[in-house]
Amino acid sequence: MFIIHCPYCGEREQSEFKAGGEAHISRPKQPSELSDDQWAEYLFMRKNIKGVQYERWVHTHGCRKWFNIIRDTSNDQIQAVYKMGEKPPIK
Amino acid sequence: MTKNLRVKTSKFIDETYKVSFKFNGKTYYGFKGDTLASALLANDIHLVARSFKYHRPRGIMTAGSEEPNAIVQLHKNTSRTEPNVRATEIEIYDGLEASSQNCWPSVNFDIGGINNFLSPVLPAGFYYKTFMWPASFWEKYEYFIRKSAGLGKSPSTPDPDIYEHRYIHCDVLIIGAGISGVMAAKVAAKNGFKTLLIEEKNYLGGETIYQDSEHFKINNQTSGSWLDKEINEIKKIKNLEIKTRTSVAAFHGYNFLLARENLTDHLPIEQRNGKTRQRLLKIRAKKVITATGSLERPLIFDNNDRPGILLSSAINKYASLFGVACGEKNILFTNNDSAYETAANLFKKGISIEAIIDNREEIDSKLIKESEKNNIKIYKGYTIVDTYGYKRINKISIMQLSKDGQKVVGSKILIPCDCLGISGGWTPSVHLFTQSGGKLKFRDNDQVFIPNTYPSDQISIGSCNGDFTLDEILSNISKTLKEFLGINKTGYENLEVQTSFNKSKRNIWLLPSDKIVGKTKSFVDFQNDATAKDIKLALREGFRSIEHVKRYTTTGMGTDQGKLGNMHALGIISEISGSKMGELGTTTFRPPYTPLTFGTIVGRNVGEYFDVYRKTPMHDWHVKNKAKFENVGQWKRAWYYPKNNESMHDAVQRESKAARDSAGILDASTLGKIDIQGTDASEFLNRVYTNAWSKLDIGKCRYGLMLNEDGMVYDDGVTTRLNENHYIMTTTTGGAATVLGKLEDYLQTEWPELDVYLTSVTDHYATISVCGPKSKKIISQVIPNLDLSDDNFPHMSFKDTKINEIKCRVMRISFTGEQSYEINVQANYGKSVWEKCMKAGKEFNITPYGTETMHLLRAEKGFIIVGQDTDATMTPIDLQMNWIVSKKKYDFIGKRSLYRSDTMRDDRKQLVGLLTENPDEILEEGAQIVANFNKSPVEMLGHVTSSYYSPNLKKSIALGFVRGGKNMMGQKLIIPMENKKINVTVADPVFLDKENKRLNA
Repeated sequence: MFIIHCPYCGEREQSEFKAGGEAHISRPKQPSELSDDQWAEYLFMRKNIKGVQYERWVHTHGCRKWFNIIRDTSNDQIQAVYKMGEKPPIK
Repeated sequence: MTKNLRVKTSKFIDETYKVSFKFNGKTYYGFKGDTLASALLANDIHLVARSFKYHRPRGIMTAGSEEPNAIVQLHKNTSRTEPNVRATEIEIYDGLEASSQNCWPSVNFDIGGINNFLSPVLPAGFYYKTFMWPASFWEKYEYFIRKSAGLGKSPSTPDPDIYEHRYIHCDVLIIGAGISGVMAAKVAAKNGFKTLLIEEKNYLGGETIYQDSEHFKINNQTSGSWLDKEINEIKKIKNLEIKTRTSVAAFHGYNFLLARENLTDHLPIEQRNGKTRQRLLKIRAKKVITATGSLERPLIFDNNDRPGILLSSAINKYASLFGVACGEKNILFTNNDSAYETAANLFKKGISIEAIIDNREEIDSKLIKESEKNNIKIYKGYTIVDTYGYKRINKISIMQLSKDGQKVVGSKILIPCDCLGISGGWTPSVHLFTQSGGKLKFRDNDQVFIPNTYPSDQISIGSCNGDFTLDEILSNISKTLKEFLGINKTGYENLEVQTSFNKSKRNIWLLPSDKIVGKTKSFVDFQNDATAKDIKLALREGFRSIEHVKRYTTTGMGTDQGKLGNMHALGIISEISGSKMGELGTTTFRPPYTPLTFGTIVGRNVGEYFDVYRKTPMHDWHVKNKAKFENVGQWKRAWYYPKNNESMHDAVQRESKAARDSAGILDASTLGKIDIQGTDASEFLNRVYTNAWSKLDIGKCRYGLMLNEDGMVYDDGVTTRLNENHYIMTTTTGGAATVLGKLEDYLQTEWPELDVYLTSVTDHYATISVCGPKSKKIISQVIPNLDLSDDNFPHMSFKDTKINEIKCRVMRISFTGEQSYEINVQANYGKSVWEKCMKAGKEFNITPYGTETMHLLRAEKGFIIVGQDTDATMTPIDLQMNWIVSKKKYDFIGKRSLYRSDTMRDDRKQLVGLLTENPDEILEEGAQIVANFNKSPVEMLGHVTSSYYSPNLKKSIALGFVRGGKNMMGQKLIIPMENKKINVTVADPVFLDKENKRLNA
């Protein structure tokens, strides 16, 4: 069980949070203009890599705020935490 | 006649306190401080168990948690009896009762022992190979396999003991209180760190504490007495917490560890009442120091498993710590200097040693010289080739090793004995380190895996890090701790250490024999009876990966997880396959390190505390009025209210009829309520619901359907516009939390520009729904000053008002199709308002109804229940709810998905009504629907989702999903049941009052 540094509350146990999948996938502004394939790409296709991954998390049992983290899925090391709308601090 | 093998008073044993206990029904005596194992050995009992597969007689082999053989059944009664307890870990107490496992009728005479003679036909993978054919016979085989499998018996009645969980946070956690752990604890605590020291045994000091040999000295004192002073010192340090009888079970990432603290297992039963038995510690440590020590390796030779064969270090410990001789004629067999430590200590206590067999040729070692001085016969360059004695070793035969150690030469020498100590060197206990994600490296010169890279802020010290000798431990510890803790001084910089230990070792994983391998039983895994022969067979059959060999031979898969023999299995594989051990790697070390009880894992979360449940403010009233309850999420909801032993069916029929004929009352407090405020609230609702919200007037209510982005129905409910920028949304009972979560997600991540705030207010209100033709009359009595005329208060609107001085909000909305009013009051007034309604409704036969009647009533009207009639594969179009999907709105969640080729198909499963040919026949929910039995396989068109007998329509009604059902109105279909086929007709899902006249009746 890892520890996440919530950008609003500070360090908390993982059990207070919920993962929300891959980060930086914006909902298309004009869904009706997308082809079925393009819509399916947005809707269904997510990466699940072994290694450094950009993820959405929410502090469910805390401030209820969503934010992003950069996590190495092979060892759970969290390399950065940043607020929604912010650019990833590291590439 | 049993012998007394107690040799010399040990300061760790209280000889003034005699303890009586029973083993296999017979009474024995030991002393306070004894383990079950040491007390049995003092009574000259070695045979304590039968092995798993061959039922071979087995004795106590170790003196610690690594014990593979001496696992016993503890306690006699059905609630506390516990299987697979290691005799080496149980502290004896008055009245202890233990017995052998895996034997029948007794450990002395075990029918299963026949397996030993069948062993040539019971090779590795025997079960896999034998019981495959014919497949239909499996059930018969299984009965016998199950009967012969498993060790011990589990309790059959509930556990009476108390368990609990506790969180601990500390700066430095030290696992293991041997010499390294004690020193580390002192340094950490003295430097101001909040320190926790955990030890699985009941004493501190590990293997060093009973060391009083002249060969191992620190600052001119024996290492034991030096350490004793250190321990006395650390016990006084305030910021150091010491937990004994506590075993770390798991070491997870981010320095999160689980440990089991044993609080009462050492006490006589009558002293345990009311006390917590075991505690699961959930430890979060900033830094972890692992000082788990090392385990002595056995040696692998023919018949190395007989009772009376122990690890050499265990014999030393039984003599030095417990004052018990394991035998009267002892032989030691070794490939390193450790056995000579044992020899020196036994000699000092007057225990005779017949001989020492050493794999090595001439070695220059002070320890060996002392043994020679003591006139112990040492066979250098020899190995044991066989042992004798069925229930207790009585003889060994030895032969000389060839120069390369691959075979034996010369003639056999027989030596009688009653106890054999074996020492194959030491294996660092890296279990916890690897559990945490640490990577190992292989050290070739002494063939051990040691920690290499650490995944978190932790360090391994002492012999678990591969420092086996006193001088190595002491010279490394200071430097390591300084670096790890970031301190300048440890106080241990200038220790004077003397040690006579010679580190040379002659490692031969499988010792040669004069017999061919196929004829030997050289045990690698003692508990699971895996032999060197089995491993070789696995390799011959093509297994290469260590993980596969492990599973095929079951090596390392017992309750001891192969703590003793796993290294030998690896070594043998490495030798045969020619791959290096470092490249082979180890099998995965999984938690727990030693078995945990279920009680510890569960803690207090048993019975009514298993899961929290939520009660509405009117709960007590429902209980008092004999309601049956059903679980909806975590809520307890009134299900139905049986009167005078009514069946559920009768109660529901009566309640349903009353609701339509006069009046019904329902506790709807569990529905989720979300308060929505902000200047963009209307726009927000437009985006999350399928229908349009901008034009909803203040004071009006509207039903909304919410989809997932994939177009599937997610939730529904009525939302009310309280003000220009203020709405209150209701959700399904079960969906309240996830809907709020989903809305927050969109608000925060996709539409942060919207000015909208969400708050869950589910628990703030009690909701009372009064429905039926008499509902208006009842409400007019409860709230006399409220104008209930249809003009002032029409269907789908709300009024803020007061009942006496209590503020309340009344909504005229209906889930039953009847005229109905929903009163929302502050939760704590819920019960009194409910009672007020009951009182006012008495003359109109107001009838409380539960969820079951609610479901029936709404089914008559064809209203869906999200989660019962839908299952996340239904679009609103599938539900024939096209009317609620706005075509004008540019976008809403899930809109685009309604135009995918798949969701637009005409032959999707669609919601329909189903009427049975026989109006009294009630369908079973979940039943399959078919049209045609002639085609094979029979095509399943769909299934029944809701089914009731309607007392108002006097016939059976059902809702279901049927492929292409929208266009099948009037068509006949069949519901196949186990013993009959039911004919049904596809109908409109709205069965009652299609014109909605009753809403304003």
